[in-house]
Amino acid sequence: MSETLYELDTRRLMCPMPVIKTQNKVRTLGTGDCLKVVCTDPGALNDIPAWCRINGHEVLETGEDGNEVFVVLRVGEDNGALF
Amino acid sequence: MTQATQPVQRRAIALVSGGLDSMLAVKVMQEQGIEVEGVNFFTGFCVEGHTHAIRKKDKDKEKRNNALWVAEQLGIKLHIIDISEEYKDVVLNPKHGYGANLNPCLDCKIFMVNQATLMINKAREFAGDKGFDFIITGEVIGQRPKSQRKETMPIISQESGADDRLLRPLCARNLPPTLPEREGWVNRDALYDFSGRNRKPQMALAERFGLEDFAQPAGGCCFLTDESYSNKLADLWKARNERRYELDDIMLLKVGRHLRPRPHYKLIISREEGENRFLEGYRYMFTSLTTVSCPGPLALVDGQFESDEELREAAAIVARYSKGRVLDEVTLEVRGPDGVARQVTVKPALPDEVLPAWNVG
Repeated sequence: MSETLYELDTRRLMCPMPVIKTQNKVRTLGTGDCLKVVCTDPGALNDIPAWCRINGHEVLETGEDGNEVFVVLRVGEDNGALF
Repeated sequence: MTQATQPVQRRAIALVSGGLDSMLAVKVMQEQGIEVEGVNFFTGFCVEGHTHAIRKKDKDKEKRNNALWVAEQLGIKLHIIDISEEYKDVVLNPKHGYGANLNPCLDCKIFMVNQATLMINKAREFAGDKGFDFIITGEVIGQRPKSQRKETMPIISQESGADDRLLRPLCARNLPPTLPEREGWVNRDALYDFSGRNRKPQMALAERFGLEDFAQPAGGCCFLTDESYSNKLADLWKARNERRYELDDIMLLKVGRHLRPRPHYKLIISREEGENRFLEGYRYMFTSLTTVSCPGPLALVDGQFESDEELREAAAIVARYSKGRVLDEVTLEVRGPDGVARQVTVKPALPDEVLPAWNVG
C-alpha cells in the first residue's frame, strides 16, 4: 500500500476553520495517507491532535516554524466520510 | 428456520455546543446504550477559546475548542460543519425575530436541527440501520428566553423537519413522548424533567457523571447574544446602508476598540499585542495606521478618508492610544492595502477630543 504525503494550507484561518479544513481534506484521503497541515493559529496545535484522537487518526509530528505551526497526521481506518 | 434477530444498535446525532447541557444530554443517552456522534456547527459567531486567546491577557487560559474537548471527554466522534455562508440568512432574516440583541436564537436552533435532520435522513438513506435514528439536544425548557421555552419546543421540532425524531433528554419528561421513547429505544422514565434557569439540577447530574471541568459561557456560545457585539454589527449595516456581512467582517467585530469618528470610516484599534498580531493579518484588505516613532497600536481603517485632514484626524486618534500620547508629535505609517506606505506626523488627540459617541459597541 503506497502512502502519499499531502499538504493543506490553513494559514490565516482561525479556530475552528483549520480543523474543519483538515476534516474535509481527510475525508478525501485513504487509510495510511499522510497530511501536513500548516496553520498560523497556534490553537491548531491543540485542536487538530484532539480531532485526530477523537476520530482515530495518528499524529506523526507537530511543530512550530516561525509564526507558523504544523501538524502531520496519518489517516486512520475510517476517513470520516459521512456517506 | 428463523434466526434470532440481533437487537438493532440505535444511534443518535447530538448537537454539541461545547457547553455542559449538550454534554449531559449525550451522557444520558450513552447511559441508555445509545451510540452517539456529535455535530458542531460553525456559524462565524461562535465564542471560541481562541477568539479570547487572541488577547494576550487570556494567554494563560488553555486554548481549546470546547466542542472538540467535550467530544473527547465523551468518547464520541465529532463532525464540525461550516455553515457560515448559509447562516447569513438566519441572521439577516429571522422569521421568528431577534432576542434581546441581534440573536435569532429560535431560527438558529431550527436551522441547526434542520441541518442535523438532513444528516440523519441522508445517513438512513445510505446506511440503513447503520445510519442515525434520532437527534438529541441539550435544550431545557425555560433555560433561554428566546428559544428554550415550552411553546418553542414543538416549533423547533416541526419547522426543522425533525418532528418526533428530536429528543431532549434533559427535559423530555416535560414534553410529549418522542419516537425513540415510544419505540422503546430509550427509557422515558430514565430521562429528566429539568426546567427553568436554575442550574442546580445540571450541576447535580454533572457530579453524578463525575464531570468536573466544563465550559459555562455566561451568554451562551454565540456573540450575537452580546449587546456590545450586536451594536457593532448594527453599526456596520448602518454604515454600509445595507444589511449584509462577510466572514471577515464578523471576525473583526470581535477584536479591538471600534471608533467611528465619521459616518464613512471606522477605526479598529488594537488594545494589546495579541490583537495587534490578529489585525496584522488583515492589512492586505484595509488601509492601516501604526505608530513608528514610539510603541503603539495597529489600527485598520474600515471605509475611506475623504480628505487628508481626515487622515490626520485618524492618525491623531491612533496616536492617542500609543506610548507617545503625551508627546507633542508622533509619527505614524499609513499603509494602503497594496503595501504602499507613507509617513505622517501629528499631535496626539487629547482625551476629550476622542468623543464617547464615536465608541461603537
